[in-house]
Amino acid sequence: MADEEKFDVIVVGAGLAGSTAAYVLAKEGLQVLLIERGRQAGAKNMTGGIIYSRVVHEVFPNFWEEAPVERAITSYNIVFLGENSAVTLNLKAPGMGKPPYNAFSVLRAKFDQWIAGKAEESGATLVTGVTVDELVMENGKVKGIRSGQDELFADVVIDAEGAKSLLVEKAGLRGDFKPEDVSVGVKELIELPEEAINERFNVGGGEGASYTLVGYTKGIAGGGFLYTNKASISLGIVARIDMLAEKQVKVHELIEDYKLHPFISKLIEGGNVAEYSAQIIHEGGIAQVPRLYADGFLAAGSSACLLINNLFTLRGMDLAVASGAAAAKAVLKAKERNDFSASSLSAYESLLREAFILTDMEAFRRTPSLLNNRRFFTVYPDLACSVMEELFSVNPAPSEKAFKVVRRHMKGKAGLLDVLKDLLEVYRAL
Amino acid sequence: MEIVVCAKYALDVAEIKIDPSGKPLLDGVPRRVSDIDKNAMEAAVNIKEKQGGTIKVVCFGPASAKEGLKELLAMGADEAYLVEDPSGGMLDTAATVEALAAAIQKLGSFDLILCGEATTDGYTGQVGPRLAGKLGIPQITYARNLNVEGNSVTAERDLEDAYETVKAPPPVLVSVTREINVPRIPSLMAILKASKKPMTVWKLEDLGLSKEKLEQVSTLRTVDLQGFAVERKRVIIKDKPVEEAVQELISYLMKEKALGV
Repeated sequence: MADEEKFDVIVVGAGLAGSTAAYVLAKEGLQVLLIERGRQAGAKNMTGGIIYSRVVHEVFPNFWEEAPVERAITSYNIVFLGENSAVTLNLKAPGMGKPPYNAFSVLRAKFDQWIAGKAEESGATLVTGVTVDELVMENGKVKGIRSGQDELFADVVIDAEGAKSLLVEKAGLRGDFKPEDVSVGVKELIELPEEAINERFNVGGGEGASYTLVGYTKGIAGGGFLYTNKASISLGIVARIDMLAEKQVKVHELIEDYKLHPFISKLIEGGNVAEYSAQIIHEGGIAQVPRLYADGFLAAGSSACLLINNLFTLRGMDLAVASGAAAAKAVLKAKERNDFSASSLSAYESLLREAFILTDMEAFRRTPSLLNNRRFFTVYPDLACSVMEELFSVNPAPSEKAFKVVRRHMKGKAGLLDVLKDLLEVYRAL
Repeated sequence: MEIVVCAKYALDVAEIKIDPSGKPLLDGVPRRVSDIDKNAMEAAVNIKEKQGGTIKVVCFGPASAKEGLKELLAMGADEAYLVEDPSGGMLDTAATVEALAAAIQKLGSFDLILCGEATTDGYTGQVGPRLAGKLGIPQITYARNLNVEGNSVTAERDLEDAYETVKAPPPVLVSVTREINVPRIPSLMAILKASKKPMTVWKLEDLGLSKEKLEQVSTLRTVDLQGFAVERKRVIIKDKPVEEAVQELISYLMKEKALGV
């Protein structure tokens, strides 16, 4: 085996998980090959765009000083969309606009290039425009990767391909996905002048807003998001694939509906759609996380289905960075023992626990079923809007007390018992 | 056979946006190796695979062109040479030819220079012919086919309404068209090997040139640059019997001269 064909570690995918793993390993002097399918890191990435800082700050201290972040998020909103109105819950937190910050909006095409650049700077070899087709296996152990005719070998292969992660399947860690396991996300990047965004979202320069959108999805389990970048808005929607199929709705119809909703249309008015992209997403929570290690193999980031949706926050990117770092540390430990078997690499799982990744996912293990409760995206958003609308309207008819109004609007849509059950579910899940 | 390939790290024209006044926005547009220069590289590699020899690739461009040169090394070039352009791309083809000619002369002897017929951004098609003139060697332009046998280079030229077969003894410059081949996509191993191949960066001064000297020969000035966007017609023919709708579609297409009649 010639030297150029053997590395300590091969990392597949130069997204946040892969580049972080490559960075940590190369910094410790390991020979790392980082392989990316796109023309450059981030070229194939479409993730919505809010990265929570805490975990990233641990791996890349004060990353905001050099990384291409768009805006520090200081305005957090949950919006319930009714037919023609919207009820918003808003948190204004100017303190989150100062170091160490809470979250940033980022554009992955830029951010991924930065983080892949960090990996290269620390000595990793980055190869772009190359697809990994297969794992090279020997007696059930992962020995390397195959790309076209070329085989390359390594002590460990870290899979950070992302949500579709064919290698995790090939390593035998999980079966194929079923429609109910998978959501589809679509996102539009809508360009607007920086000043227009500051004004519309009532934020200072460098500060931004994030919106979680609930309802107005034609009864399909899912929800939307809207984030402000420096001079653009990321507007997206995530919907369950099985329900789209069942209701014969195309996901682009949902985002077109969104853009016509009076609440959203005002925010994006005059904007120019610069990009449109789609991606599959795993919202199954901890139940969907496959086994994360095999002999000579680790899975990180979306490859490992690491994603937390607890209605308030949709976390994927910081989990990717944390899991990439944890995978790297697990490899370093295995290297000390010169043992790259599954049991040696299982340290990865405890490292993920120490980083609160798996513990957080376990804490929110009930949210996926909450998000499947149809009332949460069909009945309640509408109910919130129509009740509020009536409470704030002054009519010649005699006024009713608030609770009575609520009961009247609930009629035929949700029974009192349903509501109590749902409240209990919310209490347990969140 | 000693082959020199000239390549440009050109603006990726697919990424150019046009502002509302019709001005193309050129700042921050990513660059990539001009497509047709990859055809030239593929032609060079094909010759080397049959006859042996060496391939040197020469580029006059920004420091970032190293990225593009890596790709050409991965395709099969043996050595890469970048002459750094201090002007930020403001010089014309005469200046480019000065720089390329000086670099090629510094490299020593060669049998064949290969260029793309034009670059995908500027598309002047001047660099190849002017370079042959500057070096005082014969040239064969618009080659859609290329054959090297013994001491002669034969190429079939695409003259649009005719093909012309031309033979010349080396040293000769040949500019190729897109049709000549399909450039290979480098394999993982080829990319890894390319990272160990030599890449040399020269300043103009290393070639006995200077920015001022190039500015003197660069007499072409860009006076204006206008983007050209074709709006969609947005015609929908509906609620009509098929025959009628088809007739209407045909008459629209005729009116737009889209059917060539």
